[in-house]
Amino acid sequence: MEKTWNNKAWFLVLPVLVLVAFSAVIPLMTVVNYSVQDTFGNNVFFWAGTEWFEELLSSSRFWEAMVRNLIFSFIILAIEVPLGIFIALNMPKKGWGVPVCLVLMALPLLIPWNVVGTIWQVFGRNDIGLLGYYVNALGIDYNYVQDPFDAWVTVIIMDVWHWTSLVVLLCYAGLVSIPDAFYQAAKIDGASRWAVFRYIQLPKMNRVLLIAVLLRFMDSFMIYTEPFVVTGGGPGNSTTFLSIDLVKTALGQFDLGPAAAMSLVYFLIVLLLSWVFYTVMTNYDAER
Amino acid sequence: MARIDVNHVRHSYLPNPRKDADFALREVHHTFEDGGAYALLGPSGCGKTTLLNIISGLLHPSHGQLLFNGKDVTNLSTQERNIAQVFQFPVIYDTMTVYDNLAFPLRNRGVPEADVDRKVRETLEMIDLASWAKKKARGLTADQKQKISLGRGLVRSDVNAILFDEPLTVIDPHMKWVLRSQLKQLHRRFGYTMVYVTHDQTEALTFADQVVVMYDGGIVQIGTPAELFERPRHTFVGYFIGSPGMNVMPVAIDGKTATLGSQRIELPGAPKAGSGAIELGIRPEYVRLGRDGMAVQVSKVEDLGRHKVVRAKLEGREIAAVIGEDETVPADPKVRFEPAGINIYADSWRVEMGA
Repeated sequence: MEKTWNNKAWFLVLPVLVLVAFSAVIPLMTVVNYSVQDTFGNNVFFWAGTEWFEELLSSSRFWEAMVRNLIFSFIILAIEVPLGIFIALNMPKKGWGVPVCLVLMALPLLIPWNVVGTIWQVFGRNDIGLLGYYVNALGIDYNYVQDPFDAWVTVIIMDVWHWTSLVVLLCYAGLVSIPDAFYQAAKIDGASRWAVFRYIQLPKMNRVLLIAVLLRFMDSFMIYTEPFVVTGGGPGNSTTFLSIDLVKTALGQFDLGPAAAMSLVYFLIVLLLSWVFYTVMTNYDAER
Repeated sequence: MARIDVNHVRHSYLPNPRKDADFALREVHHTFEDGGAYALLGPSGCGKTTLLNIISGLLHPSHGQLLFNGKDVTNLSTQERNIAQVFQFPVIYDTMTVYDNLAFPLRNRGVPEADVDRKVRETLEMIDLASWAKKKARGLTADQKQKISLGRGLVRSDVNAILFDEPLTVIDPHMKWVLRSQLKQLHRRFGYTMVYVTHDQTEALTFADQVVVMYDGGIVQIGTPAELFERPRHTFVGYFIGSPGMNVMPVAIDGKTATLGSQRIELPGAPKAGSGAIELGIRPEYVRLGRDGMAVQVSKVEDLGRHKVVRAKLEGREIAAVIGEDETVPADPKVRFEPAGINIYADSWRVEMGA
């Protein structure tokens, strides 16, 4: 059959093109534009080529922030995922306990990032903070302002406190979708508690767990507000993650070129990791 | 295999049942003989699944006792009762292979791996899935999954009974037939005690030697398919079994004669006195349509292929009759009741007829 050529169809996709152009393409291209130029202010720009990229990729500051960020993401995933599963497994499945637990779990998720940061900033202070004061009173030397290890512990506990709920809620949703017949059949088959978890509950939670890991990874890889409020990236650079570093470069030092180059590299890393997760997930589905 | 005695079992889902209406299972007292194939037949909410779950131990009855081969098992767990149960929706462990699914109940019980292998291979042959052993269970069709559920019961050679809870609900019609006959074969070959819950009369009648008809939390009749058809003990059984169900009409009885409006119907014998409303029940298969008898107004003829169902009005009441495929409805239709097919009910329960 002869195809009808009709360019009017373009009008139908125009709205979304305009929307995407303003929300994504134009800002991104601005960044690309900055990343290959240098400026000394007054809106005068000079062509810099790949200079900023070369500088960035050879700077130890960038790689250190990156490594710190990966370690941070790894630690919070290693804590939040098992802890989330454990809490979800122990949440009531029916009765008045369900709404109570769900509301309790949702509470941390409803608090804005900077408020979470402020809460923990105060909570951990060893002069007036409830946590900091009593931990020191117990004879443990704890000071997140001066000790890098304490700063890490604080930031990690804060993130676990803030985000484990998300993993819990996702896992819980997976768990309640398991029909009773599965548990009954498992009883009849004489399955142990561990076997029920391994062969019934875990497979049913697989999908949501992948989503939880993806979300938590992306989020922690881009974390900014909370550690910024609590430690400001310190002491020294010990809690300076990629985004904190980026903001320091862009706004603190107003180095638009290097900051733009860094944004692009950062963006590409996130894009790459999203693609990896997406591929893993779809392959997993195809296998089903 | 075991004989199962259900001893005056009552069950309520409420914490403090008082009235009869609080009980999902009013009172069941019945023996399932060793090696029998039973069907529990009844409408939704009649308590059949409750009874099944009490037998398997998933539910603990509020009152009464359960014996397996004379041994009290009321307080034993499902696992200790050694029961197999197949559920309405296929339950499979979808991360495992077909082989591992079948091995699962044995491995859980610590059976040596050599025995596991032998039993699993035997069972795979029995359920016709030998060539699928290495496949992941999640890729299978619904009927294959249901066979695996069944297979997990069959691998344990010592199971006391195999219980089925509407197992063919999600199976395609043509596969239902195949699975049903395979079940029947398994029963003949190995003599399992089988209890099969269903609301589908065809399923119940083709599967079971004894059909237990349940209604409103109690057993109304236990019998062979023929008994249920010929002599329904309760008008509910008459309605529920047969298609269309039994015609039931209020009558007055005088000796060997029943009076329906202005019509008089000769009975094969004089019914023994019963209390409550008296009704006459006759299956459409025993209603003869012809030129003599009681006048009826035919309202509809449904041609079902093998036979026709005639819907008519007799003395202002709906009545159905079954006629042969090549019979036609006469111009001035009249009906006669074949005496052999007449049952008399007092307060919905069948009364015997004397000479």
